[in-house]
Amino acid sequence: MPNVSSNRLTHLQRLESESIFILREVAAEFRNPIMLYSIGKDSAVMLHLAMKAFYPSKPPFPLLHVDTTWKFREMIAFRDEMAKTLGFDLLVHTNQEGLAQGINPFHHGSSLYTNVMKTDALKEALTRHGFDAAFGGARRDEEKSRAKERVFSFRTANHGWDPKNQRPELWNLYNARVKPGESIRVFPLSNWTELDIWQYILAERIPIVPLYFAAERPIVWRDGQMIMVDDTRMPLLPGEAPEQRMIRFRTLGCYPLTAAIDSTAATLEDIVQEMLVARTSERSGRLIDHDDAASMEKKKREGYF
Amino acid sequence: MNVAPLTELFATESKSLLRFLTCGSVDDGKSTLIGRLLYDTKLLFDDQIATLTKDSRKHGTAGDELDFALLVDGLAAEREQGITIDVAYRFFNTERRKFIVADTPGHEQYTRNMATGASNSDLAVILVDARQGLLTQTCRHSFIVSLLGIRHVVLAVNKIDLVEFSQSRFEDIVADYTKLIAPLGFETFQAVPLSARYGDNIMARSARTPWYQGPALVEYLENVDVAEKAVARPFRMPVQWVNRPNLDFRGFAGTIVSGSVRPGDSVVVAGSGRTTHVKSIVTRDGDLAEAVAGQAVTVTLEDEVDVSRGDILADAVHRPERADQFAAQIIWMHDEPLLPGRPYLIKMGTRTVGATFTEIKHKVDVNTFQKLAAKTLTLNEVGVVNVASRDAVSFDAFADVPETGAFIVIDRLSNQTVGAGMVQFALRRATNVHWQALDVSKEARAALKHQRPAVLWFTGLSGSGKSTIASLVEKKLYAAGRHTYMLDGDNVRHGLNKDLGFTDADRVENIRRVAEVARLFVDAGLVVLVSFISPFKADRQMARELLSAGEFIEVFVDTPIEIAEKRDPKGLYKKARQGLLANFTGIDSPYEAPENPEILLSGGEKSAEELAEQVFNYLSERNYLHSDEDAGDWTI
Ligand SMILES: Nc1nc2c(ncn2[C@@H]2O[C@H](COP(=O)(O)OP(=O)(O)OP(=O)(O)O)[C@@H](O)[C@H]2O)c(=O)[nH]1
Ligand SMILES: [Mg+2]
Repeated sequence: MPNVSSNRLTHLQRLESESIFILREVAAEFRNPIMLYSIGKDSAVMLHLAMKAFYPSKPPFPLLHVDTTWKFREMIAFRDEMAKTLGFDLLVHTNQEGLAQGINPFHHGSSLYTNVMKTDALKEALTRHGFDAAFGGARRDEEKSRAKERVFSFRTANHGWDPKNQRPELWNLYNARVKPGESIRVFPLSNWTELDIWQYILAERIPIVPLYFAAERPIVWRDGQMIMVDDTRMPLLPGEAPEQRMIRFRTLGCYPLTAAIDSTAATLEDIVQEMLVARTSERSGRLIDHDDAASMEKKKREGYF
Repeated sequence: MNVAPLTELFATESKSLLRFLTCGSVDDGKSTLIGRLLYDTKLLFDDQIATLTKDSRKHGTAGDELDFALLVDGLAAEREQGITIDVAYRFFNTERRKFIVADTPGHEQYTRNMATGASNSDLAVILVDARQGLLTQTCRHSFIVSLLGIRHVVLAVNKIDLVEFSQSRFEDIVADYTKLIAPLGFETFQAVPLSARYGDNIMARSARTPWYQGPALVEYLENVDVAEKAVARPFRMPVQWVNRPNLDFRGFAGTIVSGSVRPGDSVVVAGSGRTTHVKSIVTRDGDLAEAVAGQAVTVTLEDEVDVSRGDILADAVHRPERADQFAAQIIWMHDEPLLPGRPYLIKMGTRTVGATFTEIKHKVDVNTFQKLAAKTLTLNEVGVVNVASRDAVSFDAFADVPETGAFIVIDRLSNQTVGAGMVQFALRRATNVHWQALDVSKEARAALKHQRPAVLWFTGLSGSGKSTIASLVEKKLYAAGRHTYMLDGDNVRHGLNKDLGFTDADRVENIRRVAEVARLFVDAGLVVLVSFISPFKADRQMARELLSAGEFIEVFVDTPIEIAEKRDPKGLYKKARQGLLANFTGIDSPYEAPENPEILLSGGEKSAEELAEQVFNYLSERNYLHSDEDAGDWTI
């Protein structure tokens, strides 16, 4: 509703309050909520907001990380450290069948790999634990099908999203009612932009994975993109040797599918400055989004976050 | 690297935010306008422009030019059909302001998505195609926007390039529109001639409309003042969650939606009317000396008062209303119409409660804003209704405090959000109506009769054998010395319900009355046999919810329609087939079979006597007929 009464708050304070409201609604209305923790900057902000929302209590839900086994090593170390210092219950789920079949991004293509190790794995974890609500850190400014999504986004028992038939969502009166097996994906950061996220991280000094800061790292070139050689599983071409280069990441995922950018930004202030002059979108560094046109919507209908 | 931006970074912090939506009729150019705004404010990244160029070639509706709508119409179905289906939220900013814009669909079918976008906006840009002028959707959207509390509108007369940048065309449309919205009482209004496709009067005034002296669209949006008049609104905080980490701390978490609060302030718990004082305002960043509307906080209180989710903490002097009946405006959003008497849920603030609409006072013609009589509200219709909630709720009039005067309507079976509501006023003080606490209780009456009262609800098609079986069951019960009563079409339709016909609305009312009567008889200690087609699940569910656990026994007489039609004891199927009877269940009106009836009777296969025996055995096995031994046990 025309919430002009909050004019006394800054833009970031308004966003913060809105997210906290959403986090609390879910904790109050659902039987068994979970927060998907992807270790990236958006997850870092979401986790920070959860700590605020329920203070002095701990957030009344665990974290779930879907581990494809191809995340950057620094991400995993950071994840375990955060869960420990903040005292969260952390569930880690890997698609064991996919793992046994050796599904990987190099030999099976990013599309099949993402389906099996991310989408299927996520659905499997949600079904196994019977979660009726799952928080995700997605933002509407990321991509045009995300711009269409509700804050409370309904999922069928098969985890499908029906973008043509979303529930109306008026004011902040979120409809949390689901039947057994159905669930809601909840996006507390819907109205944040990438710049808001960085400004907030800077203002609140939120810890993030060091890969966001520039450093010399070993990379190889693939299809015009810089891919970091994070471990020995990366197949090198005959005669190819990784080159050391000053890079950082704007978005983090599975290392073989996440392209680096040239950068010398070593502090949060540097990163924000760099953002303000950026000419490419953050998702251009994600290889899976380009697989085919409308690919994100398709993934989401199938249950990807 | 350029160092200037860092100052810009901190400058953005003090920029104000404007949330607006674009609306209007199909194809008026809403999405094109938003795409254009993103493009012209240089908010598109190189890779997004590359994708747009490619997409325009594939799906574009703008010939060889960039189709800016494709930047916003993000769903596959939208791009294929060239229309907007659901609202898209986009973000952009200029030197002066940050903007969140909701691009909403023009199609009437998707009006609910337009309302979704409007509900969180401060201003509406209503587009009109200069060639077409005002259309029904222009009127409907303007009306909905005003209902939802938006006080500021911009009329964008778009596609001005297609009417040779005609001043008179522009002025005619503005005159029509000004007349249309006069009764809606917007606070600010600005009209702009526009070409979304070619960018005229978007960022700067266009040389092609030299006769237009007003501001360009963005210029206007950067400067328009949408701040609420500085009236002190009363403190309101709906409680979301009780924060209880240990025995020493009990806080109430919520967002302040109106007014402000400080430690020491006197507050009331709106539900119970208990007053107390605020002890502290807790956040992870330290306790606050004051919190204002928009802030999410945790409040602790001086006294141990009972507060739970759904309560409102409020200014002790200016308290919210409390009632179980109120008048409200409703925008209906579902294909199934609003039916008075049918049970729904409403979510108001953080409270969800069962409610029915007791009366539709009128609906509103969206073209003329005239009041019309109505028995139902269908998809996209707007009306004024009386609402009765199962328990009293606390609220303010939407016009006073929108945040505590708005609600959504949820269908109990599908869980769909089916309507949006805005409270007008309480109908009467519910506190004046008490339930009489009776000493002679239902239990006492039943005990005297040595039985457990219950309703046997027989449902099934006409001719399925409901009444025949029910009366056989009643004979058996009578023989066993039980006190019974039978309600069926013959004794109810001719008396109590003789004012009702067979429309959906009347059928709902018919069942509601029968269910209420059955409940009174249960209260009197009787075993009640109800025999009605009762085709709708929602209505049987309503009857079930009127009664306590174990008191409602649904008996589904599952006779295939071929057999029922062959029997046709009253010749009704024949008449229906000849078209002489409208709305006949099974022919031109649906029968929604129960999914989990307590008793399932296979109508076509067994004799009525066998089926009656089956019902009697059910009652006997579950101790409905021997209550003296276990009088205390009311569960099955
Ligand atoms: N000539 C001209 N064409 C325009 C202008 N604005 C939009 N159009 C065209 O009008 C058509 C419809 O535009 P959209 O932006 O999709 O319309 P819309 O209002 O978003 O439609 P819905 O969302 O489906 O209700 C497209 O082919 C646009 O290119 C304009 O100013 N001038
Ligand atoms: Mg559109």
